[in-house]
Amino acid sequence: MEFETVIGLEIHAQMKTNSKIFCSCTTAFGNPPNTNTCPICLGMPGVLPVLNKEVVESAIALGLATNCQITQWNQFARKNYFYPDLPKGYQISQFDLPICEHGHVNITSGGNERRIGITRIHMEEDAGKLVHDDREPKSYVDLNRAGTPLLEIVSEPDIRSPEEAAAYLRKLHAVVTYLDICDGNMQEGSFRCDANISLRPVGQKELGTRTELKNMNSFRNVQKALEFEIRRQRDLLLDGEAVIQQTLLWDPDRQVTSAMRGKEEAHDYRYFPDPDLVPVVIDDAWIARVRQNLPELPDAKLARFINELGLGEEEASILTSERPLADYFEAALAHYPNGKKLGNWILTELMRELKGAEGMDIATFPVQPVELARLMGMIDKGTISGKIAKTVFEEMIRSGKDADTIVKEKNLVQNSDAGEILQLVQDILVNNPEQVADFKGGKTKLMGFFVGQLMKVSKGKANPQMANELFSQELNK
Amino acid sequence: MSISKEEVEKVASLARLELSPAEVELMAEQMGTVLGYVAKLDEIDATNIKPTTHVLDIDNSFREDVMHPSLTQAEALANGPDQNGEAFVVPKII
Repeated sequence: MEFETVIGLEIHAQMKTNSKIFCSCTTAFGNPPNTNTCPICLGMPGVLPVLNKEVVESAIALGLATNCQITQWNQFARKNYFYPDLPKGYQISQFDLPICEHGHVNITSGGNERRIGITRIHMEEDAGKLVHDDREPKSYVDLNRAGTPLLEIVSEPDIRSPEEAAAYLRKLHAVVTYLDICDGNMQEGSFRCDANISLRPVGQKELGTRTELKNMNSFRNVQKALEFEIRRQRDLLLDGEAVIQQTLLWDPDRQVTSAMRGKEEAHDYRYFPDPDLVPVVIDDAWIARVRQNLPELPDAKLARFINELGLGEEEASILTSERPLADYFEAALAHYPNGKKLGNWILTELMRELKGAEGMDIATFPVQPVELARLMGMIDKGTISGKIAKTVFEEMIRSGKDADTIVKEKNLVQNSDAGEILQLVQDILVNNPEQVADFKGGKTKLMGFFVGQLMKVSKGKANPQMANELFSQELNK
Repeated sequence: MSISKEEVEKVASLARLELSPAEVELMAEQMGTVLGYVAKLDEIDATNIKPTTHVLDIDNSFREDVMHPSLTQAEALANGPDQNGEAFVVPKII
């Protein structure tokens, strides 16, 4: 039997605000436990939460960037449940009137463009962090994260494969980082995702029983966990067994999903309007002002890179996948006009260096965009060859010196003196009579050998184009 | 307005309250009275009244996104029933 996969994602994006959503404590990550708390986020009785305006601004921006309708009249609600990381016994969230609804984003997966609906985006506070003791039956509660602003983004069950889920997640990741409302760090949990997944026989309308997957803290893990869960559910269904509706945790070490321990309780959150918080009313003027300040978004940038700079779709989509990379590219482009050549260099040479270096990323890359632009210009002018430029680039990364200095210090200026090169070419031909005979006999591949010899004696500095021309000229005499 | 013993038990369990059978009986009666009182509102014709979630007629009360110093770790932990100097300690829950 053939099955169709149905996936919906819930993304939690932590806002990059200075302070928490309802109090003035810092949102900084990594401080000693329980040093970023106050009576409000500790849930002391008698305190009054007051909404951080920046959170509303961020939510409107994300709503506009994902084609949502912005709700005019907003209310916060209490979601009631008991858990040690939730000091008040309820989470302040939104329920029946989320700030954004009815949106969508377009994704490309496997060459197909698809529209994925966004059901809703709402504002809420994050919970604290629990650390469980390995030996003793104890857990330790750190409330630094309690009250950190979150936007929860709920997709429609429109996603049909793990690849599409990853593409959707990458798209939302790009949007929140372009908007600069979330740092997008998945390891630190600033951008996390849960998935609902079910299978149904192809052609069936009703959805199958779904499971909820948690603990997937990278794009790769999301895809792998979903792939595993599809196999697990398919095996059950083919054996005539039922899929049990439950929450499963992805175990990245063992590459399996397993049920969360403990008794599953039917959720009954008894939402009700939070009387501590007054309504948030968003008028058209406010929306218009946020819209005006939206930066160029990934889709628009992608289209511009393809249409105006002549980049290929693949290159353009990698260059626009993360804002810091796109920013780097554009900063270099301001000093070097050929986007195609520049993009190519970034995607091959620069990316290779980034991958090879532990802990280096584009934001802290030692070669400034303008320095790369200058290096590219030196290749175009014929000052150095493309091959030498790679060596110079590596040296720039290692030493932090600029291209000019390195080329001068190491005496790497390309030799374009026709007379000098001709002399070398003739010497090589005289010293390799066998190869010359073979070449003339039709082994034209030997051109590579001759040029290689020349590069050896010139220490890579001979102008390769000239070398090719002069060899052809001499060999065809 | 009456409320069943099952409803009382469910609410009690959601609120982590342990009630004796006699208390369940008593609560069912008392909560029924409270709900009956609130149900009086149903007698009013509210067709033209906007739903209200807040007693004050104000909206958009915000704070600017400014950070202020937090409590010290010792102050934050002071009211916890159990702590280890840096974290609250609770029975293990997974």
